[in-house]
Amino acid sequence: MMQTFMFIILTVITLFSALMVVTRKNPIASILYLVLVFFCFSGYYIMLGAQFLAAVQIIVYAGAIMVLFLFVVMMLNLRDPEAVEGKPLPWQTMGLFIGIGVGIVLLSYLAGSPGPGIPSLEPTKETYALGSAKFMGKSLFTDYVLPFEIAGVLLLAAVIGAVALAKKDRA
Amino acid sequence: MTISLSHYLILAAVLFGIGVVGVLTRRNILIILMSIELMLNSANLTLVAFSFYLQDIGGMMFVLFTMTVAAAEVGVGLAIVVTIFRNKATIDVGKLNLLKW
Repeated sequence: MMQTFMFIILTVITLFSALMVVTRKNPIASILYLVLVFFCFSGYYIMLGAQFLAAVQIIVYAGAIMVLFLFVVMMLNLRDPEAVEGKPLPWQTMGLFIGIGVGIVLLSYLAGSPGPGIPSLEPTKETYALGSAKFMGKSLFTDYVLPFEIAGVLLLAAVIGAVALAKKDRA
Repeated sequence: MTISLSHYLILAAVLFGIGVVGVLTRRNILIILMSIELMLNSANLTLVAFSFYLQDIGGMMFVLFTMTVAAAEVGVGLAIVVTIFRNKATIDVGKLNLLKW
């Protein structure tokens, strides 16, 4: 019962903030609403027994990524963010319909799930322990150790790429 | 009413749709990047939901790696935005037509 209540509250906040993210003219408002969306996602992850991912979601997304966005918006010093959006171009109206179409197709496909083969789960204490740091860590350093190493290399490449792109004097 | 897998899937589909609308209708390149983050997160939500309802940790591990890729993507993406702004003094994608013939 409690869980249903939480789900409904989180869903209302998430959908409202997500709509605000794509409709606000001011990028700063969009960023702050997106932070709210990420906090709600962290709530969903806790409800789904992924405590570790909930913490990572707040640290990485709400903490690091959104601060990076905010930092770039402040750095670019957009004097008038409203002026960026002028009269809507033809492809923008078309994009609205394409986007709604994609949403409807996904909905009609996913609303039929879960198909056969996915049992309905009776949550117990053990099922919620699945995403705890203990199990995630054990899995990360045994079965998933190669992807883990590759992720490290990817981050190194991203760091070098970002510095090379944003450097002022190019050789 | 108990919350089932379908609820999470429907929610993720709606959020993904909102993200697609954001990418296709906005001209501010920063908001387009943010909409991409929204889409990535809704995909993450489906992975975690499946992971929980199937009691398989694979989905959660995948989300962990998706987050790594998203962090790398945002870092490089924002560096590109800064470079574009420095060269063209705009972040309006309607004005970026260098590759258009």
